[in-house]
Amino acid sequence: MLVYLVRRLLYAVPILLGVNLITFALFFVVNTPDDMARMQLGVKRVTPAAIERWKAERGYDRPLFINLAASGSERFTDTIFFSKSARMFAGDFGRAEDGRDIAREIRTRMGPSLAIALPTFLLGLLVTVSFALLLTFFRASYLDVWGVVLCVALMSISGLFYIIGGQYLVSKLWKLVPISGYGGGLDAWKFVILPVLIGVASGIGSSTRWYRTIFLEEMARDYVRTARAKGLSEVGVLFRHVLRNALIPILTGVVVVIPLLFMGSLLSESFFGIPGLGSYTIDAINAQDFAVVRAMVFIGSLLYIIGLILTDLSYTFVDPRIRFN
Amino acid sequence: MPDLPFLPVLLWSDLLIWLLLFGALLLGWLSARNPLLCAAWQRVGRNRAGIASATLLLAFVVVGLLDSLHYRPRLENGSGPAAGGSVGSAPAYAVEVLSLLDELLAPLRTRHEKTYSEPLATRAHAKEAIEVRTPDGELRQVRDYPRLRHGGAHLGADEARHAADIGERVLHGLALALLAWWAVAAATAAGLARAEGGTPRAAWRRIWHGDSGFAWNALLAALAGLLLPAVPMALLAVDYHVFGTDKVGQDVLYQVLKSVRTALVIGLVTTLVMLPLSIFLGVVAGYFRGWVDDLIQYLYTTLSSIPGVLLIAAAVLMMQVLIDTHPQWFATAAERADLRLLALCFILGLTSWTGLCRLLRGETLKLRELEYIQAAQAFGVTDLRIIARHLLPNLMHIVIIALVMDFSSLVLAEAVLSYVGIGVDPTMISFGTMINNARLELAREPMVWWSLAAAFVFMFTLVLAANLLADAVRDAFDPRLAGSA
Repeated sequence: MLVYLVRRLLYAVPILLGVNLITFALFFVVNTPDDMARMQLGVKRVTPAAIERWKAERGYDRPLFINLAASGSERFTDTIFFSKSARMFAGDFGRAEDGRDIAREIRTRMGPSLAIALPTFLLGLLVTVSFALLLTFFRASYLDVWGVVLCVALMSISGLFYIIGGQYLVSKLWKLVPISGYGGGLDAWKFVILPVLIGVASGIGSSTRWYRTIFLEEMARDYVRTARAKGLSEVGVLFRHVLRNALIPILTGVVVVIPLLFMGSLLSESFFGIPGLGSYTIDAINAQDFAVVRAMVFIGSLLYIIGLILTDLSYTFVDPRIRFN
Repeated sequence: MPDLPFLPVLLWSDLLIWLLLFGALLLGWLSARNPLLCAAWQRVGRNRAGIASATLLLAFVVVGLLDSLHYRPRLENGSGPAAGGSVGSAPAYAVEVLSLLDELLAPLRTRHEKTYSEPLATRAHAKEAIEVRTPDGELRQVRDYPRLRHGGAHLGADEARHAADIGERVLHGLALALLAWWAVAAATAAGLARAEGGTPRAAWRRIWHGDSGFAWNALLAALAGLLLPAVPMALLAVDYHVFGTDKVGQDVLYQVLKSVRTALVIGLVTTLVMLPLSIFLGVVAGYFRGWVDDLIQYLYTTLSSIPGVLLIAAAVLMMQVLIDTHPQWFATAAERADLRLLALCFILGLTSWTGLCRLLRGETLKLRELEYIQAAQAFGVTDLRIIARHLLPNLMHIVIIALVMDFSSLVLAEAVLSYVGIGVDPTMISFGTMINNARLELAREPMVWWSLAAAFVFMFTLVLAANLLADAVRDAFDPRLAGSA
């Protein structure tokens, strides 16, 4: 088990290195630091001196990979790649355009992001799995047919409309909760509840259909027929056998996203004005703050890889046949 | 060069769209030759929901294709500021790039109001100070809703006839639509009677009861559902703004129709970028295994471990810098917007090929162990020939399913990306930019809802039809599902 874990972790290193190289190529090779400087300073009326100053302030005036002017190990460390990309492995993300430390910003913004993303995830899972079980229980009936039609209709609506419509109905028309904002402490629920409900609603369509397909596939297996032949009730078959056997395909899709919950949701955070990582990313994109986007790409990939490892581990908990040696 | 009344312009995305149409025809031809694919398409043809949504999608595609024939109209006096310093008899063409759809919708495109107006309104949405002549011949300033410049202008002073005029046009339109539908239905029945024998009446009964080999009843129902709202709308659009006007007074109906092309380009051209990459890499990895497989697996694991939106954001940001720092590359604003749209398609394609590639690799790994491939290898058939003749045809169903499944999610993604600020060019009309511009209008007093509603209705119809067609295609092509049906 431990050996397997170590091997998986080691396997993650080249992938992260690859991610690092891809983002590095995107940010520094496709566009030279000169281009970025011109962009940040405004395209017109930039003097070469201003560009040089901008680059020097941010440490972009060094060579990309190999610094021939330096000696010893500095040859490789005094470069843009080492100082901007490789140091992310050590958790050093540098500073944003406004001079704030990115790592510190990420730590403070994780809380609000999780406050929205975690309840959305858990509630969404509960609702969609129950709905899918209901449809499976009444399969091939009118309830099932219309349930699937409803799911397809729900998944054909853009996520933007869920948020705009929800905000309009609940906050503006019925005035139940504030339209946007975020507060700490006990009052936080007022700000959190609407984004969570909208997040759950917008995911119902596609997830329910996906789980229903999984359950129906399990329903066609021989062990289900055996269970029925033993005289087990349909509800018993569904909960004791089908649900447990369907856990593996469900876990495959679900566990991966758990670490990514830290990143928050781009859309709902920016619509509801929640100071989380999602809105941080959007602000960075709009302000063309490359350092922040680079850091978020790195963290996102790291969390995704952790999610993949967690998925493998979760298999051992639900299926005793799976062992890692 | 002949004296054309217009100068044809071939934008890059136009080229790719027509290339796609050609590709679709090629796929149809290939399918007709392959009995398995042929049978699968026939299964799609029997699926009522699939055919109904295909009919709707076809209408969207026609709008998109009309919008993909671009040209620059000739300037009347021949002394315009455009087109390479026109001297003497050389014709001058406008810098503005128009499409055939723009020409057809010329009244919608050119009739600007001042600002917001409600659907079918004759007066503006907000009060303003206007001068009114009082009965005793004096000019007085009052605050009232001013008449629109174009919406209902044909009524003149007879504004009381507004409701009656609308009712008349709707009834007129419905009658026309019914007539047209009846003509198509009769022609279908006659055609079917001729092809399969029997009287047209018997053929019509077969259509009605769904006994025909092809879901003609779904097609006709979808056609009715399309014509009944569309014809009255067209009649109304001649003199009114059917979906109102937006903040700058542009007709909303025109905007949603223009958005269709953007959505189609995003949904279809992206797959054009993605397909060759994922097919080539997936098949090569699965077939040759060894270090090639390791390398390709590493490549797609790395790419797919970057969260999609962030990778797209990073790539689009970089593209933006590239475009903004090189303004000399683009002759017209339309060209720049078009290239940005294409770049977005490329970026979406480069970030989304990994899923299909993984599927194809797995399937190829499975197929290459089968006897018929081994027999071909034993006969000394070259690898290239084995891949082309024996592997690719048996992977086609996966490709087709992935193609139709991706379309709707790409259309939805465009809206989100435009909101985030990494979507299409802000000057390009798309569902995303429409929603983005209109999302704060619900908070206005009084509320402005029509832009959002129009974008919602059109986008929902498009995506729903695409989803239903995708389901039909998947049911027909997936061997696991096809066996049970």
